[in-house]
Amino acid sequence: MTGAASLRARAEADSARLPPLLARAEHLAGTVLLGEHGRRRAGTGDDFWQYRPVQPGDAYRDIDWRRSARSDTEFVRQREWQVAQSVMMWVDDSASMRFTSGDAIPEKADRARLLAMAAAVLLLRAGERVGLSGGRLPPRRGEAQKHRLAAALSQTGAAEYGSPDIRGLLPHGKALFVSDFLGDLDRVRDGLTAAADRGVRGIVLQVLDPAEEAFPYRGRTIFESMGGSLAHETLKADELRARYLERLAARKDELRRLCDATGWQYGIHHTGTSAQAELLWLYSAFEAEGRA
Amino acid sequence: MTLGPIGFAAPWLLVALVALPLLWLILRAVPPAPIRRRFPGVALLLGLRDEDSVSDRTPWWLLLLRMLAVAALIVGLAGPVLNPEPENAAADRDMPLLFVLDGSWASARDWPARRALLDGMMAEAGRQGRRVAVLRLTEPEAPVFRAAADWRSRLSGLAPHAWAPTRQMIETATGMLGAGPFETRWLSDGLDHAGRTGLLAALRDRGPVTVRESPRSVLALAPPQTNEGVLTLSVQRPRAGAAREVTVEAHGRDPAGAPRVLARLPVRMPAGETRATGELALPSELRARIDRFEIAAQRHAGAVSLGDDSLRRREVALIAGREDREGLELLSPLHYLEKALAPTADLLDGALMEVLPANPDAVVLADVARLSGAEQEALLDWAEDGGLLVRFAGPQLAASDVSRDEEAPLMPVRLRAGGRTVGGAMSWGEPKALAPFGEDSPFHGLDIPGDVTVNAQVVAQPDPTLSDRVIARLSDGTPLVTRKAIGAGQVVLFHVTANAEWSSLPLSGLFVQMLERLAVSSAVAQPEAGQLEGTTWQPVQVLDAFGQLDDGGTLPGVPGETLVAAPLGPDLRPGVYEGADRQLARNVIGADTRLAPVEWPADVPVTGLARPDETPLGGWLLALALLLLTADILAALALSGRLRPARATAALLAAALLVPAGDAAVAQGQGGGRAEGSAEARAIKATSEVVLAHVLTGNRKVDNTARAGLRGLSETLFFRTSVEPADPMGVDLETDELAFFPLLYWPVTPDQPRPSDAAYAKLNAYLRTGGMILFDTRDADVAGFGASSPNGKKLQSLARPLDIPPLEPVPDDHVLTRTFYLLQNFPGRYSGRDVWVEAAPPDAEKIEGMPFRDLNDGVTPVVIGGNDWAAAWAMDEDGNALFPVGRGYAGERQRELSYRFGVNLVMHVLTGNYKSDQVHVPALLDRLGQ
Repeated sequence: MTGAASLRARAEADSARLPPLLARAEHLAGTVLLGEHGRRRAGTGDDFWQYRPVQPGDAYRDIDWRRSARSDTEFVRQREWQVAQSVMMWVDDSASMRFTSGDAIPEKADRARLLAMAAAVLLLRAGERVGLSGGRLPPRRGEAQKHRLAAALSQTGAAEYGSPDIRGLLPHGKALFVSDFLGDLDRVRDGLTAAADRGVRGIVLQVLDPAEEAFPYRGRTIFESMGGSLAHETLKADELRARYLERLAARKDELRRLCDATGWQYGIHHTGTSAQAELLWLYSAFEAEGRA
Repeated sequence: MTLGPIGFAAPWLLVALVALPLLWLILRAVPPAPIRRRFPGVALLLGLRDEDSVSDRTPWWLLLLRMLAVAALIVGLAGPVLNPEPENAAADRDMPLLFVLDGSWASARDWPARRALLDGMMAEAGRQGRRVAVLRLTEPEAPVFRAAADWRSRLSGLAPHAWAPTRQMIETATGMLGAGPFETRWLSDGLDHAGRTGLLAALRDRGPVTVRESPRSVLALAPPQTNEGVLTLSVQRPRAGAAREVTVEAHGRDPAGAPRVLARLPVRMPAGETRATGELALPSELRARIDRFEIAAQRHAGAVSLGDDSLRRREVALIAGREDREGLELLSPLHYLEKALAPTADLLDGALMEVLPANPDAVVLADVARLSGAEQEALLDWAEDGGLLVRFAGPQLAASDVSRDEEAPLMPVRLRAGGRTVGGAMSWGEPKALAPFGEDSPFHGLDIPGDVTVNAQVVAQPDPTLSDRVIARLSDGTPLVTRKAIGAGQVVLFHVTANAEWSSLPLSGLFVQMLERLAVSSAVAQPEAGQLEGTTWQPVQVLDAFGQLDDGGTLPGVPGETLVAAPLGPDLRPGVYEGADRQLARNVIGADTRLAPVEWPADVPVTGLARPDETPLGGWLLALALLLLTADILAALALSGRLRPARATAALLAAALLVPAGDAAVAQGQGGGRAEGSAEARAIKATSEVVLAHVLTGNRKVDNTARAGLRGLSETLFFRTSVEPADPMGVDLETDELAFFPLLYWPVTPDQPRPSDAAYAKLNAYLRTGGMILFDTRDADVAGFGASSPNGKKLQSLARPLDIPPLEPVPDDHVLTRTFYLLQNFPGRYSGRDVWVEAAPPDAEKIEGMPFRDLNDGVTPVVIGGNDWAAAWAMDEDGNALFPVGRGYAGERQRELSYRFGVNLVMHVLTGNYKSDQVHVPALLDRLGQ
């Protein structure tokens, strides 16, 4: 198969995934009602703010003739000033995210994409600019960005575990990091602190499978990472449970401590639960960020 | 080697059992294999150590399971056999073994038992390593000793023959025996065959002989003896035993041509008797249809007696002197003869010289006086060969001078000139009645009705021979019927006419009985060997040993003298043979065959055929080993944690036990519930409104379409007409009552099952009582209507047993074209041309000035087409069409027309030929003119 043909085949396979992701994300986002955050002052925006008498320097094209016709003076219609924030997202696309413990439970990557996409839909609807970190997609606004986001999010990576990519984060912008954070914690720490140093604030969302929380395994087992590069053999898996859970709790605590230190918000999501509740939390977390 | 009741084919394999303890040690050290599991959390597990290592050894019960599996495998491969054939202590076990089979028809009855016995004995011989040969006395071949397995594979091809071993065959077999020594086992059929003692002596010279013989004696049926219309059947057995009741069945074809049992005769065999007879009196028409007699439930050739010409319908040629009075049927001299003979005989018509070569059994000459010289000669030849000539008097015979002065060769008596008239207008005396028949008369025993009188007759001249020849007289002693033998045949003269002119005899039942008595005595006798010399007979059907008839067309012909006299054998099989002009049956049991039981010398051991079943256990043990290994797999999985106990057990149990049981329970529940309540509810539902119905084909898609189609049609009817049908129903032809439905829509699919005979009976009753079936092959888009498409073929096979009149494509003036709408074609989803209905009666003619013929008085029972009407009619619950029809407006028009066809069809079913009524002609003419 030629390179172009295989590219096209892959592109078609990928784009076949796109509309569902976007549709599901739109559907999810539809459950959250919100308005654009107006600045309560005149500016560039879609919403009407006030009429004011024409002052010297105003262009004729700014005059609202219909309003002016009702009185003797000319009026200019002013719109509310709206500012847009840039929200950069990093969604872990590594192999470990493709884990699922059962047929009824979606892959972690799937849920992470869905949540990120839905959040992006909400943010775009609110007039924010949304992009992906790592230089993959610069922040833009508008309907078309949704499609670009969906396309970019649908790609999968080859790494075993992911770590936050902070390239392309705009200073003093907002960020959303979605991952299982089961990989090297030091790199997570480095990424977060570097982002905080640039004044970026945001949300860390840890997505975990129920099996990763419960560790329901018994008997002689060889555990392998999703890519197969790590392996651990045990003769009695159920004996390991307590110690594994201990380590997991320690990691969560570490993440939470990091977030507290950098002023980020930390959330945890299990793929066995509803995505909608998580989206609401995400939304309110962004609102809180916006007020801060 | 045997161990209690169990023997082993390969006992040395059991040594392998010693290896089991070794296996124990090896297996014990191997722990169960680990599971590989993908888990991203492994990053958190790295560096954790197991606190203690357990389950690194296989648990003892798993070991035991595996040991058992291996033990079962070893023992299974050693070939254990339960109840092996016990060994004959007397016989030398190294001697080859010869099986002598009689192989006659008498061994066919319990042939499966014989074969099983033979198989068992051969299996035993195989285990002992003895060589084996088989000698069939009915088909002697030099015995060749081979390995037993070789012979066992050929056992299924070994079948008995339909004949018994003759002396010559047995002597041939004796000559072929070879040197020996060998042991002999003789499977006897229980009958004595000539030459047997010589063979037995020869066999005993070469080694020990044992005999196996069934204690149940065989039953045989002799050919029926006909005696004045009564068939005498005799059943015999070789040994007198307890009283026994057997049934003899007469098989033949019924008037529709289907083979069936025409009569049953119970015959009781008293205790201590070897023969019993029964008499069967049948109407001659029934008797003529019989083609064989059989003892019920005796499956061998000796219990079958084939019928031949002696049971056949007789051929009678009717010749009238002069038939110049055309159209006066009741006065025709042959009218009453035809009426009397037609039910029991085949009548030949034509000139005398034309029918004589057909060799009729009887020739009737009604009032024929003069015969030409050639005719007379031919008749004489024919009569001397056994023909029966029956003559009737009449005006012409009375007026002629035939047999006046001297007796004509074809007249039994001399006649006086003119005859006499009694009781007429111009004569004295009363009409004469018949005298009772004498004892030597063939009519003896017939009742004479009082109203049979004779007004006129020809009168015989007194002769010395006259009194011998008279077989019926009038009350005053005048001969009425006289008879004379001519060679093997005879001539009979009725001194009255064959019509009612001279007497009322032809009007009475007595006439029929008399003719029957005469015709019966004309039945052909069994020919002698001498008569058949030089003729060749071709087998038509031959019997095999099991009493089944096979086609004999491929066998060579048989010379006549052999056919009658020679014993049966491979060149002369029992069966029906056809000669130049007649058929002869050669049966296994002749009229004078006597079955003789065999008597064995006292020192020959005789045992029955029964033997304990030899049961090879190897298969069971191997299956057990497999089962144990399967259990081992499950156990190993469970041990390594790959099997979640609760779910897995449930799934396993469900798979193994619950599914079939559950299904049965559910089915039972459904069946029971349905049978009780729903049949009645359904009947009430179907009858409280007009309900259209479709036949359930078993194809869900087609059934749903049919249902939706009928729903659409019902809706349309509801909107447009005063017919307001309820929801349509699906009809299962096997279980549901059809009488409630005016119309059955039957979509044809190639794979639907053929209804049972009971269902067809129901369908035919439905059609006869005014029901209509609309057959739809649903393939008018791809096939013109005909048998070429799979659906068309299926339709033909479905409709073949139905009682359907001749069909024709819907004519332009069929009432279906105007019962509600005026239509000229009948599209459905497709617009095929041909729609077939019951054909118009051939005498329907178009009358000038009338637009329509006066057609069938009733509803056409079937309408056949392929336009897939249901799809065009189909509506969902909201009234939306389910299938596209055509394109655009033309398509919608086609759908509308299909609805109109449906409306017309239902109207036709419900109103019959109402619209054929000519009262509507002016209005219809008016509208047609526009």
